[in-house]
Amino acid sequence: MNKVTQIEPALPPVLIRLESLRKSFAAKGGDFHAVRDVTLQIREGDIFGIIGRSGAGKSTLLRLINLLERPDAGSVWFAGRKLGALSRSALREERQSIGMIFQQFNLLANASVFDNVAFPLRIHGRHTRGEVTERVRECLAIVGLADKADSYPAQLSGGQKQRVAIARALASRPSVLLCDEPTSALDAETTRSVLDVLADINRRFGVTIVIVTHELPVVRALCRHVAVMEEGRVVELLPVHALDTANTTLGRELAGLPAEVANA
Amino acid sequence: MPENISAILPELWISIGQTGLMLALALSSAVLIGGPLGVLLFLTGRGQSLEQPAANALLGWLVNTVRSFPFIILLVALVPFTRAIAGSSIGPVAAAVPLSIAAIPYFARLVEQSLREVPRGVIEAAHAMGASELQIVVRVLLREARSGLVLALTVLAVSFLSYSAVAGVVGGGGIGDLAIRYGYYRFQTDVMVLTVALLIVLVQAIQFAGNTLARRLDKR
Repeated sequence: MNKVTQIEPALPPVLIRLESLRKSFAAKGGDFHAVRDVTLQIREGDIFGIIGRSGAGKSTLLRLINLLERPDAGSVWFAGRKLGALSRSALREERQSIGMIFQQFNLLANASVFDNVAFPLRIHGRHTRGEVTERVRECLAIVGLADKADSYPAQLSGGQKQRVAIARALASRPSVLLCDEPTSALDAETTRSVLDVLADINRRFGVTIVIVTHELPVVRALCRHVAVMEEGRVVELLPVHALDTANTTLGRELAGLPAEVANA
Repeated sequence: MPENISAILPELWISIGQTGLMLALALSSAVLIGGPLGVLLFLTGRGQSLEQPAANALLGWLVNTVRSFPFIILLVALVPFTRAIAGSSIGPVAAAVPLSIAAIPYFARLVEQSLREVPRGVIEAAHAMGASELQIVVRVLLREARSGLVLALTVLAVSFLSYSAVAGVVGGGGIGDLAIRYGYYRFQTDVMVLTVALLIVLVQAIQFAGNTLARRLDKR
């Protein structure tokens, strides 16, 4: 075998680095440790899944990335900047580069689809009316809802609402899109269409995607890497094309393997 | 037309004007001062972005205290304050001072309550997009709660239409005062019936306008 044919392509730079993150919440009967000492890095252009049972801490971990939750210990680095060290206004600026979508969509009910997508552009001034209109049209076209600009969220289906939320998250041209259980409120077919939009955005615009889910098919359909979380820790980190090397119960379930590692 | 009624007609028009003036002043100060106070009550509350337990408790205590005064007591107790602000302690403008003092904390509570109806996730999404607190108040809270806020103002208007009757005690005048002076003290039942009927129509109209506007504004 020729020794020099297999050259590793240069890995893309790290976009998100989480260092020894810890987060607990006060609860009845003592503190609940949602995230215990997680260290993780996510590279530019990746589609990175975080999977785990409910209560495993995966949503908290995602919310730590844009500091919706402040870590008790550890630090979050985004594009080479330590987010925890930024002033409030600098963090608000930085959040334009970190889009986020949610399970319950979280659209403004009293604003039209157009105004929802325009929201992130309007709160960060600097855009003329024409620029806002143009960008909103662009984003709605990306998610295939160009004809819904004047509708209100209540007039849309769940899948359409999530696509509006994606368009809104894209409006300020983020480099990463954080997705918190984006398909858990949707049926299988609608899930498919939302995942297609996410994959498309990743492919066409190079937007890094971090997606939290408890649905194994979502990971298989979309992700390139996956972190398995249990009780606040990342217990396994796998490339999705090599799932069969999984050792944890959930990882093996993801790979479609029997739950127990066979004793050789 | 019954004799009593034709006799008080000129005074009736004046009374309607006085009631309108008292309500307009009281509701304006409720919106301009009570509104921001309600927003502050909400934002400093538990689990909100400006959580400040001490400030919240102080504001809450203040609001409760003013709201615990029976209105007639507040009216009398505030006479020196009223004189300082309105230059006189009698007349509709003077009566609007205690009415405003009572309306401000009332509306603040109603605003706080309406804002609580805004889903947490929507506020959180705005934070995630990098919105400032002020942008969240204006572009998220007030927008999402707007139909509730209109209904809150409607409740306030109806309550204070009836409070304004008490203002007769300090010479505030108004429709309610007319009912007391002629209908009650002088046993002119026809005047009483007329004024009460007028108040019923007014309340129905206010409520109808509020409901209609709230429904139009609500896109949920």
